[in-house]
Amino acid sequence: MTKVTMTVNGKTVSREVEGRTLLSSFLREGLGLTGTHVGCDTSQCGACVVHVDGKAVKSCSTFAADVDGATVKTIEGMNNPDGSLSVVQQAFQDHHGLQCGFCTPGMVMSSAALLAENPKPTEAEIRHYLEGNICRCTGYHNIVKAVLAASGQDAAALAAE
Amino acid sequence: MPKDHGIGASSKRREDVRFLSGRGYYTDDSALAGQTYAVMVRSNVAHGRIKSINTANAAKMPGVLAIFTGEDFKDVGGNPAGWLINSRDGTPMREPKRPVLAHGKVRHVGDAYAAVIAETYNQAKDAAQQLADDSEIEELPAIVDMKKAVADASNRVHDEIPDNLCFDWGWIEDNRAAVNAAFEKAPHITTLELVNNRLVPNAMEPRSSIGEYYPGTGDYKLTTTSQNPHLTRLLVGAFVLGIPENKLTVVAPDVGGGFGSKIYHYGEEAVVLAAAKKLARPVRWTAERTESFLSDAHGRDHVTRIELASTKDGEILAIRTETLANVGAYLSNFSTATPTFLHGTLMAGPYKVPHVYVNVKTVFTNTAPVDAYRGAGRPEATFSLERIIDKMCRELNLDPFEVRRKNLIQPDQFPYTTPVGLVYDTGNYQATLDKLIDLADVAGFDKRAAASKAKGKLRGMGLSTWIEACGIAPSNLVGVLGSRVGLYDAATVRVNATGTISVMTGAHSHGQGHETVFAQVVAEKLGIAESQIEIVHGDTSKIPFGMGSYGSRSLAVCGSAMSKAVDKIIAKGKKIAAHMLEASENDIVFADGKFSVAGTDKAKTFGEIAFSAYVPHNYPLETLEPGLEETAFYDPANFTYPAGAYLCEVEVDPETGKVDIASFTCADDFGNVMNPMIVEGQVHGGVGQGIGQALLENTTYDENGQLLTASYMDYAMPRADDVPFYTVDHSCITPCTHNPLGVKGCGEAGAIGSPPAVVNAVIDALHRGGMTHVKHIDMPVSPSRVWQAING
Repeated sequence: MTKVTMTVNGKTVSREVEGRTLLSSFLREGLGLTGTHVGCDTSQCGACVVHVDGKAVKSCSTFAADVDGATVKTIEGMNNPDGSLSVVQQAFQDHHGLQCGFCTPGMVMSSAALLAENPKPTEAEIRHYLEGNICRCTGYHNIVKAVLAASGQDAAALAAE
Repeated sequence: MPKDHGIGASSKRREDVRFLSGRGYYTDDSALAGQTYAVMVRSNVAHGRIKSINTANAAKMPGVLAIFTGEDFKDVGGNPAGWLINSRDGTPMREPKRPVLAHGKVRHVGDAYAAVIAETYNQAKDAAQQLADDSEIEELPAIVDMKKAVADASNRVHDEIPDNLCFDWGWIEDNRAAVNAAFEKAPHITTLELVNNRLVPNAMEPRSSIGEYYPGTGDYKLTTTSQNPHLTRLLVGAFVLGIPENKLTVVAPDVGGGFGSKIYHYGEEAVVLAAAKKLARPVRWTAERTESFLSDAHGRDHVTRIELASTKDGEILAIRTETLANVGAYLSNFSTATPTFLHGTLMAGPYKVPHVYVNVKTVFTNTAPVDAYRGAGRPEATFSLERIIDKMCRELNLDPFEVRRKNLIQPDQFPYTTPVGLVYDTGNYQATLDKLIDLADVAGFDKRAAASKAKGKLRGMGLSTWIEACGIAPSNLVGVLGSRVGLYDAATVRVNATGTISVMTGAHSHGQGHETVFAQVVAEKLGIAESQIEIVHGDTSKIPFGMGSYGSRSLAVCGSAMSKAVDKIIAKGKKIAAHMLEASENDIVFADGKFSVAGTDKAKTFGEIAFSAYVPHNYPLETLEPGLEETAFYDPANFTYPAGAYLCEVEVDPETGKVDIASFTCADDFGNVMNPMIVEGQVHGGVGQGIGQALLENTTYDENGQLLTASYMDYAMPRADDVPFYTVDHSCITPCTHNPLGVKGCGEAGAIGSPPAVVNAVIDALHRGGMTHVKHIDMPVSPSRVWQAING
């Protein structure tokens, strides 16, 4: 067992973990942050994406011990301080960018990371960036629209209904 | 000005706030005191005889609490097939027992033959590996290919079934001679052999189940990833484990997509319940993705030969099909209905076809069970039909738009009785076709094709005019056809004393947005705010006996039950209002949330009536019960028949065979639309899956029955950069004539109409590029297949 300490959504947490404990398990089972989902175990689907030191990371293929000392942000840390939805989250609701909700946390975390890197991405850049996040419900149309809208671009003009 | 609430408004989804904030509650999110973990031990061979399972070593490992094998469940019931199909000769289908855990033989890779329960997941996993090492399974030759399975009777999936055939079904058998006669006289016959590729539904949430048992009362609880908790309760309780329904609660909380794969009862649900009783502790199991690939019910997997008889100018005279449909190793709950009554009955499409005959032979193989997947039988019928019509057009040098227009049922011909047993209540297929031609700018195609050519690409367009049957019904008819369940639904509308409303629905939302849409419908009918209405679903201890959500039935069937229950509330409210307002019940009108005496200003608000029902001080107690709560069951008179026209444009790179979707346009008739935003989202998702089937997805077993596509590294799921923005329209409306909301259903449309449009577009592109030798390419139309077709 190894002791790891990290800051998760602004709070410092310390836990004893096995070497094989994945960050996704650490968050879900260790901290009860079940908004981070595990959809594929092979880092393909992206439902488990969280931010580690500001970068999008697939937590299902990251050891908890490897992020000792890091700052982690999960979907639970995305809302505004008053509890309302942040710009990216609100865009997903406004543009119906989610259906079953299972891929959504990872989709939101990846989209937020994209917009941090590239505040006005093109449609093609959004689609390329989100290659690592699989959604089975939406056909991606409204997800791409939501990210365009979150970046302040006129999603309606780019994506006819 | 679009509406901002009630029916027809694009109300934002209330459920989104929790999903976007990481506060959804999916099965695997629960943490229960004393919980234990189950891991299944699965066969790594496709076909084998279980010689021995030595549990001794695994049982001694740290944390191991219990081990179950097929022996432990050999005396309980099998997981049943929900639909009895008779063969052409009248004999009933073969129904081998599907045990909770494999017993005697394993029949597909991933077939679970034991389960280990331990204190932690890792302990259970370690012990499961030990148990696998200590199990002796004699490998038998695998039966994978359907044609070989039927031809070679020496090797059997089930020892008691000599030819690996479940049934040989003819629809409609009595029409066969007339259909054959029509072919003999036909001026032209088009023939096509095609494969409807096997798909894995791949809901993003893997299956997960938690069993609980309360020794004090003998009650069980199953929390599970289900599209229909009451059906699961019936199957695992009454049929498999023998738990009385009143002692078993099934809860399907937030469910991360289903697409059919979570309709069915699976053995893991029985294992966690039996284990929970044995240990008197919660037992949880969650599939890894590869387990989902190996053990979820797959979809499609038809091999079809279709023939179309026509005049030289493209009038369809008759259609005849022969299909081999894979059911896999065991009969999943609706596996026998999917290739038959959800497929053969749609083989006339939206066309005036005098003669149709469908033959389906359903085959057991050493592969995972195959069952309904988004569309379920209707995509297979639509693909066969729309592909062969296109092929006929090429053979006769006819315009595919005009040929379809000529053959479509005319708007004045409804209700229209098809030769395959359905009565289409209403439709206007010309209207959606016209809308499509306009929206997709078919007139501008040549210009776009020239632009593509300048880039070295071949552009093609593919059309599909499709129809489907949703909200499978009515119960007395499906009963005659072999269904072992009724297909009604139910809703309870409870007006609370303070005027808020709880609606308990038999539908289950796993992405469809029922919590929002159903509230819109009730709000509209009662004239109160959506925010005052709560939609309760997914818990058998709270909701009336309903059949869940699949087959695009939620609004058409469950919503109709809800609508009827609201009507009963209004009727009772009028009686209460008549008493309070000292008027005749016949003079009370209900509008805008008020009960008024017609022609006067005397009125009571909905809230006043509700309060009076629960505090009945001034109330007609001698004639009316207090309270304001009504339940309605609704059994539809007919299916609903959504229909539409889809156009896909592709660009094909002739050097590499790569196909890009340049545009995809949909003109649909879903009847009345309750929430346009959600309807459009459903179409986007269905089209995305259809493009996946057409271009990317394939489920590949090798000759030994090993699944080669068992992770997202090998199974090509559509990703954001594989698809375009879609253009969708649902403004052509012919309301359903037999349900109270006039709705038809939209969940499966995209997946049904889109695959043939894509493939037709690819063939069109190649023909326009001069490669007229290419008659057909099987799905998925991958670069290698296109390249081979071009160069073959």
